[in-house]
Amino acid sequence: MNYTVLIYESDTGFALRADPDTKKREAYWSAWPRYIQALQEAGVFVSGAGLEPVHTATTLKLKSGKQQVQDGPFADTKEQLGGFFVINVPDMDSALQWASRVPAASGSVIEVRQNLVPPTH
Amino acid sequence: MIAAAEGAHADAHRTIERAARDSYGRLVAFLAARSRDVAAAEDALADAFRIALETWPRDGVPNQPEAWLLTAGRRRLLDQMRHAQVQIAALPELIAAANEAQNMIATGLTFPDERLKLMFICAHPAIDAAARTPLMLQTVLGLDAARIASAFLVKPAAMGTRLSRAKGKIRDAHIAFELPQSDDLPERLDAVLEAIYAAYGSGWDDVAGADPRRKGLAAEAIDLGRALLRLLPNEPEVSGLLALMLYCESRRAARRCARGEYVSLSEQDTALWSSDLIDEAGMLIDAASRARHLGRFQLEAAIQSVHAHRRSSGRIDWQAIALFYEALVRIAPTTGSLVGRAAAAAEALGADAGWNLLETIPADAVANYQSYWALAAHLLARMQRHDEARAAYDRAIGLCTDAATRGFLQQRAAALR
Repeated sequence: MNYTVLIYESDTGFALRADPDTKKREAYWSAWPRYIQALQEAGVFVSGAGLEPVHTATTLKLKSGKQQVQDGPFADTKEQLGGFFVINVPDMDSALQWASRVPAASGSVIEVRQNLVPPTH
Repeated sequence: MIAAAEGAHADAHRTIERAARDSYGRLVAFLAARSRDVAAAEDALADAFRIALETWPRDGVPNQPEAWLLTAGRRRLLDQMRHAQVQIAALPELIAAANEAQNMIATGLTFPDERLKLMFICAHPAIDAAARTPLMLQTVLGLDAARIASAFLVKPAAMGTRLSRAKGKIRDAHIAFELPQSDDLPERLDAVLEAIYAAYGSGWDDVAGADPRRKGLAAEAIDLGRALLRLLPNEPEVSGLLALMLYCESRRAARRCARGEYVSLSEQDTALWSSDLIDEAGMLIDAASRARHLGRFQLEAAIQSVHAHRRSSGRIDWQAIALFYEALVRIAPTTGSLVGRAAAAAEALGADAGWNLLETIPADAVANYQSYWALAAHLLARMQRHDEARAAYDRAIGLCTDAATRGFLQQRAAALR
């Protein structure tokens, strides 16, 4: 069963990527590949990506036949999507176990959802 | 000053909450033992218990807390009888039990404590092992499913379903509310102790709010341990479990430095340990050892007592710890105790000895076991096998659930370069 782990980071979380403190910055950057490696060693890694900061986002809205393009992210929330993983695990309990190991900073929010399985006709 | 006043207020609040949970658990046990319907017994008391948790901290604990809760519970049962919106087969038994309880309290009889039966039911072999601890926390302490789900990293809705299913099983499989026969007692008691320890373990990573994502159940597990000891004062393993939890708890304040960074056990400032808890734990294992019937929890507590001894001796007797681990892996060869034995051997005899033991643990048992990789990294570094050490650190860091431990391992790994 595939599950998607969505990682919403706060401003502080995003700021770590370019923290002036070398140690903090390196700690941030080195934690992610190690997490991915742990997923791979466990044989549960499917895919994943980190995302550029929210100010780089462009949003396309489809409204009654019209397309509207906007600068910035869709939702104006305190925490913003910073990356995601797709993992293959037997159940939600295991998915939550892996989600708890995501090395995101304190204040982050992690959402876990099962990937949609199309109905068989 | 303000912090002290707030602390005192929090303590008072906690004492009252404990009193409410105590009475609630007794009543659930009493009603469930007579009706076999745990869910219906909880439901009858749910409103009263919720109101008690809100109002007792303000108004004080009533003189007869059980009577207070029971009055509202009985009213609810009688309403259900009259309106019959919900079909509860056990309603007549529940009402009879509530009447019996009220008569007992009214005539000044000591209200019986049947929580032990309830604990044995929760850890019954017919109950799914993963549901035992949550069931005990809910029925005996009245914790809600959402709180339990957070501590065990389970979807709250799924936890709710698991709990209902377990209660349905108790009712429909006619699992008897009685104490196990003496032949069965050791095995059945083990299951109860395991369930309580699992609740303690859920709180282990959560150090002084280091990780707000998880709220552990350490204090609740200790409450269960204390309740169990009052009910079974002569079982050495019950004392052993409580001692083990108290030793671990005594170090809560020392497990993080002022900057929030992880501090390993052998580097903790012993002045920050709680003397009261250490002394209480020491008395418990001394008393337990007089029974001359060693068990897993007594051994684990004994290992912790050696660490606690550093407070006065200034050193850690690793030889003693290694011996206790040898005995422990014979009784309980869990992955945790096998890793612990290797760590103790490394300190007592050298990194090679520890590594040799670590290598005997089957690989699939430790693939995602964080402590194994942290110890492997540490020992490989000590043996100057730097490449392997780095790989093990990577694995340990990738498996961390807690930022402070991750930071600690990242520093160690960086020092290898």
